[in-house]
Amino acid sequence: MVEKRFVYMDHAATTFTKPEVVEAMLPFLEEHFGNPSSLYSIGREGKEAVETAREQLAKALGANPEEIYFTSGGTESDNWAIKGTAFSRRRNGKHIITTPIEHHAVLYPCEYLETQGFDVTYLPVDRYGLVDPAEVEAALREDTILISVMYANNEIGTIEPISEIGEIAREHEIPFHTDAVQVIGKLPLDMKTQDKNVDMLSLSAHKFYGPKGIGALYLREGTEIDNYMHGGGQERKKRAGTENVAGIVGLGKAIELAAANVDNHNENMRKMRDRLLAGLLEIPSCRLNGHPEKRLPDNLNLSFEYIEGESLLLMLDGMGICCSTGSACSSGSLDPSHVLRAIELPPEIAQGTLRLTLGDQNSEEDIDYVLEVLPEIVEKLRAISPFYKPENICEK
Amino acid sequence: MYNKKVMDHFMNPRNVGEIEDADGIGEAGNPHGDHMKVFLKIRDDRVEDVKFKTFGCAAAIASSSMATEMIKGKTLKEAWDLTNEAVAEALEGLPPGKLECSVVSREAIHRAINEYRKKQGLEALPEQA
Ligand SMILES: Cc1ncc(COP(=O)(O)O)c(C=O)c1O
Ligand code: FES
Repeated sequence: MVEKRFVYMDHAATTFTKPEVVEAMLPFLEEHFGNPSSLYSIGREGKEAVETAREQLAKALGANPEEIYFTSGGTESDNWAIKGTAFSRRRNGKHIITTPIEHHAVLYPCEYLETQGFDVTYLPVDRYGLVDPAEVEAALREDTILISVMYANNEIGTIEPISEIGEIAREHEIPFHTDAVQVIGKLPLDMKTQDKNVDMLSLSAHKFYGPKGIGALYLREGTEIDNYMHGGGQERKKRAGTENVAGIVGLGKAIELAAANVDNHNENMRKMRDRLLAGLLEIPSCRLNGHPEKRLPDNLNLSFEYIEGESLLLMLDGMGICCSTGSACSSGSLDPSHVLRAIELPPEIAQGTLRLTLGDQNSEEDIDYVLEVLPEIVEKLRAISPFYKPENICEK
Repeated sequence: MYNKKVMDHFMNPRNVGEIEDADGIGEAGNPHGDHMKVFLKIRDDRVEDVKFKTFGCAAAIASSSMATEMIKGKTLKEAWDLTNEAVAEALEGLPPGKLECSVVSREAIHRAINEYRKKQGLEALPEQA
């Protein structure tokens, strides 16, 4: 047996906070505790720090600082974009287009809006989870008021054709929102060129080595939207509430670090991920879910037939490896995750699904370790499984 | 979320395997797709040996392990009367929502006993829901 080590491979769930980020935040929890709305110096320092972070984020996105609004995270940004647009444009119509593989922070607001008289179309996706832009065009109606399609999926890592969908949205003058929570620091974004047809974009700091509970909504100048938080006049009267100054500073530092390193980071992630994938695919009856090429560089989503994901996850945890699963047993419901269902993975295969997402703290030694441990655990669980017969195994 | 005892029976399940010349074999599943198969070796109306295979979560595997431990050496009557509550109690509790996972073991054991009874020319006992 190899020596046990701690391997965190669940970066899509959350990342650790980088020491530089923590260091940048601390003064705003300690000496510069003032309220940014106050006029005296410790308040002004907070205000300046918030504006610096806004510039850092704007720069990374190729946006104007006036288009950035800080929120409490990805969930609030998604809720604001969806409900704020729906309520502000209800005179123009009641139809919203989205996908069945969105994060619940998009899906549940949509379901809520259905109870409020709105109509939602959930576009079909193919077996990789890809949306066909032609389907977006086909779903458009006279009364369509919003399109929301995620930039990349958090479970299976599939990257959606955002430029093409954006063009369709622009051509028909329909506001386009995208949940980009999973892509920051992994795909280069530019709201002026490549992403010029995106009107609203959600992001969250704890997915790119910033703190939890802070995020932002990019709102293209002129985008019509109702407020979500009502109260004080913060964020140019669009998002009430005393700013989470330390969090915002942390987000600013984190995005600065991420943007400076996108290419290098991706290169590293992709190399390690591909080696891990190649090694794990040697396990018989193991398959990759999501698109083979159009996928986030750090994401692996695999199904191991004949075993159940929660057991697999816990055995891996016992060996120090942290990851996640979309199995029904782990969800506490009768069904595997909505994403695995949308790509029509057969339930018995979805049951054995494991998501491994790499990040900055992973090393080649971690890959070696997982390649050593995971096949043994799969074998151990298969030996317990009544479905597993060595002769059923399909060799690749 | 799982206690030490459950984790022990999950990580090191007892009685895993199959019995080639089993006297009774029973299978049960639930709508998750979770599944258990039990093999009984019976002598003098007692469970002389028992083995199982289970597909499911940690609670399902731990319950299978504990249930088979609890019926080993017992009379068929005692084995039949084993409840999933008793298994859960022996495991010092299962998390909410995971009690269901232990039901499968009881059903599989009942079916294995009935299969044995049928082979013996005895009538099958009624399985309670
Ligand atoms: C795609 C996606 N959207 C939204 C969220 C929610 O973000 P937050 O945790 O910041 O509320 C997440 C993270 O869980 C995510 O992966
Ligand atoms: S076997 Fe599925 S939840 Fe326990």
